[in-house]
Amino acid sequence: MMKRLVTLSINGEEVSAAVEPRMTLADFIRSEARLTGTHVGCEHGVCGACTVRVDGRTARGCLLFAIQCEGSEIETIENFGDGKGADLQQAFVEHNALQCGFCTPGMLIAADELLRDDPSPTRQAVREYLSGNYCRCTGYQAIVDAVMDVAERRRRK
Amino acid sequence: MTDLSGLDRPNSYIGRSVERPNAARLTRGRGRFVDDIDLPRMLHVAFARSPYAHALVKSVDTAGAAALAGVIRVVTMSDLAEYCTPWVGVLDHLKGIKSASQWPLANGKVFSQGEPVAAVVAASRAIAEDAVERIAIDYEALDPQVDPKASLAPDALPIHAELGDNLCFERKIDTGDVDEAFSTAAHVVEAEMRFNRHTGVTLEPRSIICDFDASQRALTLYMSVQCPHMSKNLFARHLNLDENNVRVICGDVGGSFGIKIHTYADEMTAAALAVMLERPVKFVADRLESFITDIHARDHEAKARLAVDGDGRITAFDLDDLTGIGPFSVYPRTSGIEVNQVLNLTGGPYAHGAYRAHGRVVFQNKNNMCQYRGVGHPIAVAIAEHLVDKAAKVTGQDPAEFRRRNFIADDAYPYTSPSGAIYERQSHRECLDKLLEKCAYDDLRAEQSALRRKGVYRGIGLVSLVEVTNPSPAFYGVGGARIASQDGCTLRLDPTGGVTCLTGVTEQGQGTETIIAQVAATAIGINMANIRVITGDTETVPYGGGTWASRAAGIGGEAALRAGKALKQNILSVAATILQDRAENLDIRDGVIVTAVDRTERMPLSELGRIVYFRGDTLPKDLAPELVVTRHYTQNTYPFCFTNAAHACYLEVDTDTGMIRLLGYWVVEDCGTVINPKLVAEQTRGGVVQGLGPALFEECIYSPEGQLMNGSLADYLVPMAGEMPDIVVDHVVTPTQTSELGAKGVGEAGTAGAPAAVMNALNDALGPFDVELTDMPFTPEKILRALGRVSGRDQK
Amino acid sequence: MKPRTFDYLRAKTLADVFAVFEAHGDEALILAGGQSVVPALNMRLSEPAILVDINRIPELDRIELQGGVVRIGALCRHETVRRSDVIAGHVPLLVQALAHVAHPAIRNRGTLGGSLCNADPAAELPACALALGTTMVVESASGSRRIPASDFFIGFYETSLEPGEVLVAMEVPVAGNGEIHFFDEIARRQGDFALAGLAAVAKCDGGRLVSVRFAFHSCGDRSLLSPQLSAVVEGMPNGAVDGAAIDAALKGDLDPPDDAVTSSETRLHLAGVLVRRALAHINSEADT
Repeated sequence: MMKRLVTLSINGEEVSAAVEPRMTLADFIRSEARLTGTHVGCEHGVCGACTVRVDGRTARGCLLFAIQCEGSEIETIENFGDGKGADLQQAFVEHNALQCGFCTPGMLIAADELLRDDPSPTRQAVREYLSGNYCRCTGYQAIVDAVMDVAERRRRK
Repeated sequence: MTDLSGLDRPNSYIGRSVERPNAARLTRGRGRFVDDIDLPRMLHVAFARSPYAHALVKSVDTAGAAALAGVIRVVTMSDLAEYCTPWVGVLDHLKGIKSASQWPLANGKVFSQGEPVAAVVAASRAIAEDAVERIAIDYEALDPQVDPKASLAPDALPIHAELGDNLCFERKIDTGDVDEAFSTAAHVVEAEMRFNRHTGVTLEPRSIICDFDASQRALTLYMSVQCPHMSKNLFARHLNLDENNVRVICGDVGGSFGIKIHTYADEMTAAALAVMLERPVKFVADRLESFITDIHARDHEAKARLAVDGDGRITAFDLDDLTGIGPFSVYPRTSGIEVNQVLNLTGGPYAHGAYRAHGRVVFQNKNNMCQYRGVGHPIAVAIAEHLVDKAAKVTGQDPAEFRRRNFIADDAYPYTSPSGAIYERQSHRECLDKLLEKCAYDDLRAEQSALRRKGVYRGIGLVSLVEVTNPSPAFYGVGGARIASQDGCTLRLDPTGGVTCLTGVTEQGQGTETIIAQVAATAIGINMANIRVITGDTETVPYGGGTWASRAAGIGGEAALRAGKALKQNILSVAATILQDRAENLDIRDGVIVTAVDRTERMPLSELGRIVYFRGDTLPKDLAPELVVTRHYTQNTYPFCFTNAAHACYLEVDTDTGMIRLLGYWVVEDCGTVINPKLVAEQTRGGVVQGLGPALFEECIYSPEGQLMNGSLADYLVPMAGEMPDIVVDHVVTPTQTSELGAKGVGEAGTAGAPAAVMNALNDALGPFDVELTDMPFTPEKILRALGRVSGRDQK
Repeated sequence: MKPRTFDYLRAKTLADVFAVFEAHGDEALILAGGQSVVPALNMRLSEPAILVDINRIPELDRIELQGGVVRIGALCRHETVRRSDVIAGHVPLLVQALAHVAHPAIRNRGTLGGSLCNADPAAELPACALALGTTMVVESASGSRRIPASDFFIGFYETSLEPGEVLVAMEVPVAGNGEIHFFDEIARRQGDFALAGLAAVAKCDGGRLVSVRFAFHSCGDRSLLSPQLSAVVEGMPNGAVDGAAIDAALKGDLDPPDDAVTSSETRLHLAGVLVRRALAHINSEADT
């Protein structure tokens, strides 16, 4: 199949590359924009490792084709700390809410959306919201702790 | 107190929950996993894999694939034969173990679904996959052996004709008078149990980039792996390369758990292709490949019984364990170790005198089974703890009290178990008592009883366990495997006063780099911020075994402690010369050389570094400062160290739907010296969840034809946040005397105990119905069937 | 795991879509939310020659109250519908059901139309469409037609859409006074496809069940209404439905799949548990 020139806005920068229509957004971000913080874990939309933000909402990077995303604003983990997420990143470190770190970018982006949608979640609400993001290492508790901690700190501000 | 015990120093990091220096990087997308690496001229490989569990490969037509634009080469085994030799997964000390030769690509026959038959190297993974679809393979299907029992039948066709039968390995233990114990027992309880085949599902799949420099015949492997030096040896050996010319670089690893410690045909093929093509070749398993080729775990059927005397004391265990391991014993660790562990460890916490165990390891046409987090432990623990609960019930005792009565006496250590395992010192009573306090056991029992009257069925499951850690060379080395049980640590004082630390143990996310830094910084007397730990590169780090058997803290940590002490002495002797004082009068605190008695600051390490590295002319000619130190450690006192732990699980069963809700989970563990409480707790929690998964959800389901039926993340259910409980972790500290550090390791004890805790809690919850569930995973289907709510089909 | 090659066209209008169908026939595949289509493409289970991306066609993503119906554009995302005040006020069943659909990142992209056209027997939305008496609004190059939900799901991943037809909207009757919506499912994990699930819409009057539509998912080759169950309960006083009659009706109307983990019998049993929960809920709601 002919390659097409695809130009995406990723973290506010335009990235152009000639790619086949079949290239997923996740692969474009990794191999064309060379932003490797977005991880590929299952390529069928289950694990959540490739979660990015598309036009302000989270989406699976493996379930979108790059060519679909022309005209959309893509945000990845590399852009995360510049927004409101730095406190989440710090809380993940403090609570050791990551071990291998492979799920972490997707987990952070999901957690960030959770706190935008629901600034005062219960622990169970956090668990349910994040239940589309697989983590084999932590057992999830420290992740929940970190998110709850950030919610609490933001409320106190 | 010697000054460097580490534990009582004012600037000690031992026992402190310091943050992991590498965590911030990973939260910002700055990890460096294998798939993040893109080398110039790099090619990608994809495999044509057998759809059959057992078949002859009659012909392979690669012409269509080779003609596709972007395809560089398509190979079958005959193309690889001159590049790669086969391997056989046996060890000398597992007497009688046998296996067949394994080739990187099918050599005329395939023995399990997913075995690679041909490989395509192309400009992109997508093109390689396009080409794979154009490879025409003519198979002649053979009858698959999928059931271990059937594989053992006298008339069963051997999967490997040259081996004669399908029995890979068999071991028997018979100590004490087992028959006497059972014939005189006041009570005998027994059970049959089934431990489901499951798999690791590391979020980062197996990944390798192979880069061959023909001018040097040098191969560099960027690998997601647990044991870089072992891999270096294996790839060199089977690719006929000088081992000195093979370098393994292991950056960030996205989870391993025992998956990334074995020899995989596809990875060996990728390396052979790099040698053949003299271009870098990347192979990253996709998720579907992972499910059918990453080693699977467990798959045991056990039958066991336990004898209790009139005083309510356990007198004997008797068990038979059968496990199906797929068509090969996995190289180089073998697939015999797990059954060995089941036999060594069943009933470990208890003071029974008689023990009989029979373990058999059987070939079958499924994916290979091998060592996975907790090797053998979840089976050993579940067998014993289920029987212990039944024995408590039949003797009318509370399960906690029954355990307490039957533990090895606290003053009996060191204790040699009837299986031959030697326990230096265990703290079962103390752990159990603390556990009961933590979970408010009496309150849980009261709540259980009150709710039961309202038709709400909750159960409490207790578990006590031992876990193997810190192995001596008895684990693999004596069997002929080039798998190091020793490990080393190199420390270098830099001119800045900072320290560069190289260690042979590896980081898989468990926090190795952090705890090594804590130990080394403490031993030297510097700040954590001033130590940089490097792992995973065989070109630079000391030769070592890497991550397995919960050894990183206990072995790698002790090596770091010894290196740190030695470096400190070297620093102080140089400092003594410079300061015209005696070394024994000096100490190092927070990176500053001080007077030991009053901590008067004498000289920062940066100043010492400046003088040594740049102004050696000012030092005495015979001083010869040595600011790089390497020390190694092998645990040789016992074959293994043993940690112990007590677990409690609290759950509710909806008897209408068969759904289990986990309400609480508690662990009190004794891993010896706790270097970093937070990391110990997190290892424990992650481990527990990795045990809860197979108890409730995870199972590799095979068809009678040997096809994996649920090989995707949509169909294979891993534990997710929504269903997992909060897990309370506390510690009892019994340092091992085998090392100065006293750390025993903590990587696997959570996984070891969780399946049994769920099983016991479930059966406790359903006590009023007089049912017994011992077939994992505990699905709604099985629970409803046990309760008679549905009649169901025959259970396999 | 990379898809086979395909061509791609971003449709600006429905006419663009019809043109692609005209040119490529069943080799063309509509790409809406893509949350079911793309996994199938990635796994090479599907090989369209061309994907027609309808995501940027205007006016397909509206939720409008039009007299007695709520018209939901086919491109409305699950999460948009779940948070819509119009839906909360007039079709509470959908709000309840959508909380069970997958996970937030999937719901942000997945469309209602896509889920209905995919006709997965384990999906929640087809059952909701049946229970709600939804009308599917379909357009093609030759015009438009309206298909009742009960005629839309005709088999395993199969709908009555003709080649070249595009689902553009769903029309859902607004919940009348006293109408009770119930949704529940038994899933092993949050967001999983259910072992059995039930969407029910009931009307009560004077302590009696006037009409109840029960629609089940994961209980057959497609989402299924149970007319026999409706016949059993309709006209009965609240809380007086005979259990044996429920089970017989379910056995008559449902044909749950039997797989390696969960038997058909268990799914049928779970459907019965859900019906009892639904009746209890309806009973308590009707009392208040």
